Amino acid sequence: MLYNEPSPLETRVLSRLFGLPNSASIDTYLANQGYEAFRKAAGMTPEKIIEEMKISNLRGRGGAGFPTGMKWSFVPRTSAKPKYIVVNADESEPGTCKDRVLIENDPHQLIEGVLIAGLAVDAHAGYIYVRGEYRYLIEILDKAIAEAYEKGFLGKNIQGTGFDFELYTHTGAGAYECGEESALLESLEGKRGIPRIRPPFPAVAGAFQCPTVLNNVETYCAVPAIIRDGGAAFAALGIPKAGGTKMTCLTGHINKPGVYELKLGFPVKQMIEEVGGGIRMGHKLKAFIPGGSSCPVLTAAEVEGATMDYDSMGSRKSMLGSGGVIIMDDHTCMVKAALRIMKFYAHESCGWCIPCREGTTWLKKILERFHHGEGTRADINLIGDISRNMLGRTFCPLGDAAAMPTLSIVEKFRGEFEDHLNGKPCPYEHEMVTA
Amino acid sequence: MTFSPELEARFEKLLKSYPPGRQRSALIPMLMYAQDEVGCVSDELIDEVAKRIGVTTLVVNEVMSYYSMLHRKPLGKYHVQVCTNISCLLNDGDKLYEHACKKLGVSHKGVTPDGTFSLEEVECMGACSWAPAIQVNYDFHHFVTPEKLDQLLDGLKDGSPGGARNGSPGGSRKNGSPGDPGRK
Repeated sequence: MLYNEPSPLETRVLSRLFGLPNSASIDTYLANQGYEAFRKAAGMTPEKIIEEMKISNLRGRGGAGFPTGMKWSFVPRTSAKPKYIVVNADESEPGTCKDRVLIENDPHQLIEGVLIAGLAVDAHAGYIYVRGEYRYLIEILDKAIAEAYEKGFLGKNIQGTGFDFELYTHTGAGAYECGEESALLESLEGKRGIPRIRPPFPAVAGAFQCPTVLNNVETYCAVPAIIRDGGAAFAALGIPKAGGTKMTCLTGHINKPGVYELKLGFPVKQMIEEVGGGIRMGHKLKAFIPGGSSCPVLTAAEVEGATMDYDSMGSRKSMLGSGGVIIMDDHTCMVKAALRIMKFYAHESCGWCIPCREGTTWLKKILERFHHGEGTRADINLIGDISRNMLGRTFCPLGDAAAMPTLSIVEKFRGEFEDHLNGKPCPYEHEMVTA
Repeated sequence: MTFSPELEARFEKLLKSYPPGRQRSALIPMLMYAQDEVGCVSDELIDEVAKRIGVTTLVVNEVMSYYSMLHRKPLGKYHVQVCTNISCLLNDGDKLYEHACKKLGVSHKGVTPDGTFSLEEVECMGACSWAPAIQVNYDFHHFVTPEKLDQLLDGLKDGSPGGARNGSPGGSRKNGSPGDPGRK
C-alpha cells in the first residue's frame, strides 16, 4: 500500500514494484526478475560479490553512510564461529518512514538482499530486528519468509545451490536507542539496549559475539539491483563516491508529503518545489533538516544550491542522514522545535553515558523554561555550552544526535531565543496553524 | 500459566529461533506477544517467562523496564498513541494530543474508568510523511484531525472492529490509503 502519490521525478530502483497488485507476494516478485540476483550471486565468488558492492558505491542508508562493500569486507573470511546477517528495521529516527514502505510493498527484495549478504560472507542465519510499533510489518515479513521457505528460497540447499539460510523476525519493544547497531545487538540477545564499546566492531564480534553484517533495511534492499544490473549501473545513478538512489521522506510543512525514491544528488530546491509541491500555504522556507532530527539544521540560505547527497550536506556541516527530510516554514517557532527534539532525546537516552543522560535532561528543562518565557540571556549560552560538552563524549552517537541539532538551532536562530526573553509568551505560538 | 495454542506455538518457534544456549534472546519477543494476550506484563507472566528461558525474575524485570512498549499495568482495550514528535508537531500533533486528552478525560498513560481507552503521548512512530499520526493498538491512522479522531474513538466505543488489539494487517491497511484525501 502506498500512502502518497508517486512523483514522475522519482528514479524507481528499490521501489520498482511499488503499486503493482500484490507487490508483496512472492509470485509478483518472481514474475519481475525476483531472486534472479540471488541465482547470479550464487555463481559468483564471495570476493566478486563484495567487489561488485564496492563498485556500486552503496553507502549505508540508516544514517551513518558507511560504504557497504567495505563493511562486508571486514567480516573474517574464515571463522570457527558461525556468522550472522542482521537487518536493522528499528526505524525510529524522527522524520523517517521509508523502511516501513520498503517492507510493506516489497518484503522479498529485502529477503533477497539478506541472502546475497549471506553468500558474500558465508553466513547461514539472519535476524530482522523490527521495531515493536511495526507489528503489521512483522506479519508481512513472516508471511513473505514462509513463502520463501515454501518456494525453496530459504532453508536447506536453496535452489540447488548448496547454500543454506534460515531467516527470522525479531520484535523490538519501543526504544530508539536500539536503532544504534551495538544496542540493537544487545537487545537481540535479550538485554537492555545499551551500546557496546567498540572495537571490536560487529563484523568481528556482533550478534552472539560472532562475526555479523548489520545494515539498514534500505541498504539490503539495494543489493539485488546491484547484483542484477551490476555495481557500475547503480553507481552511475548517483554522484561520484555515492551511488544509487535514496528513499527520501518529505515531512513537515510541505504540500505533498510522502516517501519518494530520488537519485543521490537531487537538487533540494527541485525536491521541495516539484516533488513536494512547495511549502504549505505559500509560506517560505525557514529551516531544513536533511535526514532525521539528529542532523544539524540548515537555514533557507544554506540550502540554496544544495543537493541531496553526503558531500553537499557535509560541506554545509550537516548530514544526509536517514533521508528523513523535515521542512519548517517561516511560521515555525524554532525554540519549540528545539524543545520537542530535545524532549525526544531526553526520553530515549539509555542512561549509560552521563553526558548524554544528564545533558539531554538539562537541555530539555532549559528549553522548556525558555519556551514558557522564563529564560534568561545567560541560558542561551548555557544551551550551547552543555551541547558542546556532550559532543564526542558518549559510547554511541545519541549524545551527538541530541547536541548537533540543538547547537545549530541556537547558533543560527539566536534572534528567536532573544525574542522569547523577558517573560513574554512565545511570539510564534499563535501562528502554529495547519491548513 | 496457560496461554492460547497460538501463543504457545509462537513461543515454541521463538525458542528455536536463536542459537543453542541463547534462548534469552526470546525474552523481549515473548513478553511483547504475551502482553497482547494477558493485557500487561503481570508478575505471573514475568515468573513464567523467566522459567521458560531459564533466567531469574530479576533479569526479566531489569530488561523489561527499559522498553516503553512493555507495560506492568493493564492498558485500555484501545490504547491510543498520539505522536507529537517533530514531523507530527509541525502538523499540529501537539494540538491533536490535547484534543485527545479532553475527549477521553485522561492524560499521558491514563486509562478511562471503564477501561475502554488508554492514552499515551508517544515518540516518533514512523508515519512522519503522513502526519499527524496516531496508533490505536497496532493500527496506524494517518493525517488525523480532531474530527477524524472523534469519529474513530466514537466508533470504537460503539464496538466497531476497526482497531481491535492485535489488529490484523487488514486493519492497518485500511488507514491512510491512497483514497485518503490527505493534505491539500
